[in-house]
Amino acid sequence: MSEHTNLVEEIIKDTKKNPTQKYTAKDFQSDQDVRWCPGCGDYSILAQVQRVMPELDIPKHNMVFVSGIGCSSRFPYYMDTYGFHGIHGRAPAIASGLKIARPDLTIWVATGDGDGLSIGGNHLIHICRRNIDVKILLFNNQIYGLTKGQYSPTSEFGKVTKSTPYGSVDHPFNPLLVALGAEASFVSRTLDRDPKHMQSVIRRAAEHKGTSFVEIYQNCNVFNDGAFFTFTEKETKDDNVLFVEHGKPMIFGKEKDKGIKLEGFTPTVVSLKDGKYSPSDLIVHNETDTMLSFILARMSNIADLPRPVGVIYAVNRPLYEAEMSKQIQKAIEKQGEGNLEKLLNHGETWEIH
Amino acid sequence: MNKNSKNKALKNLEEVTIRFAGDSGDGMQLTGMQFTSTTALLGNDLSTLPDFPAEIRAPAGTLFGVSGFQIHFGSMEINTPGDSCDVLVAMNPAALKVNLRSLRDGGIIIANRDGFNDKNLKLAGYEKNPLDDGSLDKYQLHAVDITKLTHNALEQLGLSNKLVERSKNFFALGMMYWMFSRPMEPTIKWIQEKFKKTPEIIEANTKVLKAGYAFGETTEIFAARYEVKPAALKPGKYRSITGNEATAWGLIAGSVKSGLDLFLGSYPITPASDILHELSKHKNFRVKTFQAEDEIAGITSAIGAAYGGAIGVTTTSGPGMALKGEAMGLAVMLELPLVICDIQRGGPSTGLPTKTEQADLLQAVYGRNSEAPIPVIASITPADCFLTAFEAVRLALKYMTPVIFLSDGYLANGAEPWLIPDVGSLPDISPTFRTDPQGFYPYLRDEKTLSRPWAIPGTPGLEHRIGGLEKQHITGNVSYDPENHEFMVKMRQAKVDRIAEDIPLAHVEGDEQGDLLVVGWGGTYGAIRTAVENKRREGKSVSHLHLKYICPFQKNIGEILYNFKNVLVPELNLGQLSKLLRAKYLVPAITLNKVQGLPFKSIEIENKIDEIL
Repeated sequence: MSEHTNLVEEIIKDTKKNPTQKYTAKDFQSDQDVRWCPGCGDYSILAQVQRVMPELDIPKHNMVFVSGIGCSSRFPYYMDTYGFHGIHGRAPAIASGLKIARPDLTIWVATGDGDGLSIGGNHLIHICRRNIDVKILLFNNQIYGLTKGQYSPTSEFGKVTKSTPYGSVDHPFNPLLVALGAEASFVSRTLDRDPKHMQSVIRRAAEHKGTSFVEIYQNCNVFNDGAFFTFTEKETKDDNVLFVEHGKPMIFGKEKDKGIKLEGFTPTVVSLKDGKYSPSDLIVHNETDTMLSFILARMSNIADLPRPVGVIYAVNRPLYEAEMSKQIQKAIEKQGEGNLEKLLNHGETWEIH
Repeated sequence: MNKNSKNKALKNLEEVTIRFAGDSGDGMQLTGMQFTSTTALLGNDLSTLPDFPAEIRAPAGTLFGVSGFQIHFGSMEINTPGDSCDVLVAMNPAALKVNLRSLRDGGIIIANRDGFNDKNLKLAGYEKNPLDDGSLDKYQLHAVDITKLTHNALEQLGLSNKLVERSKNFFALGMMYWMFSRPMEPTIKWIQEKFKKTPEIIEANTKVLKAGYAFGETTEIFAARYEVKPAALKPGKYRSITGNEATAWGLIAGSVKSGLDLFLGSYPITPASDILHELSKHKNFRVKTFQAEDEIAGITSAIGAAYGGAIGVTTTSGPGMALKGEAMGLAVMLELPLVICDIQRGGPSTGLPTKTEQADLLQAVYGRNSEAPIPVIASITPADCFLTAFEAVRLALKYMTPVIFLSDGYLANGAEPWLIPDVGSLPDISPTFRTDPQGFYPYLRDEKTLSRPWAIPGTPGLEHRIGGLEKQHITGNVSYDPENHEFMVKMRQAKVDRIAEDIPLAHVEGDEQGDLLVVGWGGTYGAIRTAVENKRREGKSVSHLHLKYICPFQKNIGEILYNFKNVLVPELNLGQLSKLLRAKYLVPAITLNKVQGLPFKSIEIENKIDEIL
């Protein structure tokens, strides 16, 4: 009984013998028909994920997509990897258990603003806090799609929906602030209608060691059409979106003629046109700066400021599952591999003859 | 117990019940556990009942702050913590008031006189001091200045008052060790281990323990000293074990035997938390314990781990069971192995967190949306939790199903001697993972067990998707087809029903037929066994059937029931097993229900038997 034979380890060992195949996006398409509404932003997210996956050099049988309930949560059915369609809001908890049991797997969570921030808000904040190496894609369309059009926890104040005919009186969540407040080690935002940018953010999320949080502005063309058009459409995008890049000054605008400068703790828009300000006056983005990450995330709530998009925050800190594995290794080194006979007989025992 | 002898010679007793009672800060649980370990080492059979308040440090001296620990031990077979006690150790008036009703007439009271001050008397609602007003005349009262004597014993050490006061339970323990001829050494050894970082506390507690013992020996106040010879237990190596420890170890045994890692996702809840604590200690068994953010994350993380090839376990009590309901349904749909431990307590809602009850039975069997069958098994004694938890693991892995393991507060915290099983004699558990992509379908079932293949991530060529939506038979693809849904509902039920083929037949204790069959389940085993044996000795035609498998029932239950003229079902609820038996076997079961947060006394069952026969 003392020698340790572990069935899972045998499978992992076998897997390692297989050389990693070279994949294309097509290899990640499952045989299931995609059933989102035509025109839904989810199609773009699926396409970008399928495009980035082959670059990661990870065998697809080592990948798992986990989801909860909602339109976004159909995602795993369409990926030709292992997939787990869970129950409403619980994907981060399911993924946590899976990752702790199987640190060798690469795990993604697909969730939405309702699934992730309403019914599953508790699990979302706790996975971030623990820093379990799971990548979370939160499709934010500011509406409940699958239940046909009620307001969500990210819907704007006053939103008129089926359940709020007089306008909602709920103040919305800012997903980035939720993730930052929950101590996530990687916080980012991207846009369904900007494939290149989304791919770059997904790539960064994949490379990050720890919980990666990606908010994706996603258009629901049936129940909340155009919610993000200001930020995604050609005419308005450049003047309303600030694409942040580590080490670069915060410049935006069609003519790259506007920048963000800090007045105290308050970000303000300045013009680079009249010679009064130059790029050296602007904030230089630093992904590892905690204070700055909150200021950037806060910008979403302030009118007249561009919406920051990109990797807002990225730092390394200990992984929950790695720390747990270390404790286990240490215990085995110290006490030896667990022995059932010894366990049952340790401490005070007595013989009856 | 004999009384009134002035002779201090040793008197032999077959069985004794002692109850230690005091403030929740008085260390009565510790005192009781020490007395228990020492008594177990002497080879007595025993059973314990810790009875403590939900408040961690309830205001001192109050009635609701009383903490008690009862131990019943003997040279005969002991199955219950005792209907009434022979000795009551009361550290203050509240402890006396709350526990006096459990003391038999003529029983011994050992009261800490110093605790009976005006303030405490008032708090307990005594107008006069019961130690002096003759109201306790029908008992053998010994009022001892325990606090003062403890101070005297520690005079030289210069400890703070607070520390001295904290040692006084050891004085009471020392007295009891003397009175019942128990050695002090095991406790001294324990003190040295427990307080090894604070030598002054080792010295203080040891001194006080010895002082209590010497007090018994040298003073004239105790009429007698007693001896309880070892019980004629089956030969072998024994240890003392509580239900929660046994549960944790049974789960570990399941992990060792199956070659799979154990993952526990759990949220702390009374009285289940000790399983989490115990499992957290055994990291060298590669046990992973995840203290989740809530009950739902506890079970869903365990489901995630099971998907990855671990033995997923979640532990909880009634309120947590309610929260886990949806996730249990998910596990039913996914057909993944999972063990759900429900350590029942008084309810509904928060109810009586530290008290016992058996009222989650129907919740366990039916408490989910739609048709969501889950096997339910219940342990019957503290030590039996080991084999029952192990069995839960075995069934979960073999049938790819969640399994509910039921225990209760009484079993969880109660202790008994346990004949340590031979590890080699444990049933085999040999799970297999699907690795061959040829002909793989996620819901293609094994013909014998009807279980589906376990294909874990990391296996090349078996990439597949599962989820809570209805599955198409064989392929596991999402299906809304009406006929398929009905087929799958019936299939999931058939799989659980089939377990009846894989479990031992039930056996009756007593005759196979007769006037009355007493049918119990779970933690009432000891009380029913004692009651039925007593009545059989009186010549009554009564037998005992105790169910460990509730869902599915064992195959021969109907046959057994029909062999008796009457069926009595005692339960610590308003009649839940009786409902199941009536529904399935159409027997007019007579019920005996108690819902007081306390286990049955065997006399209560005996009285009911007398009423029927």
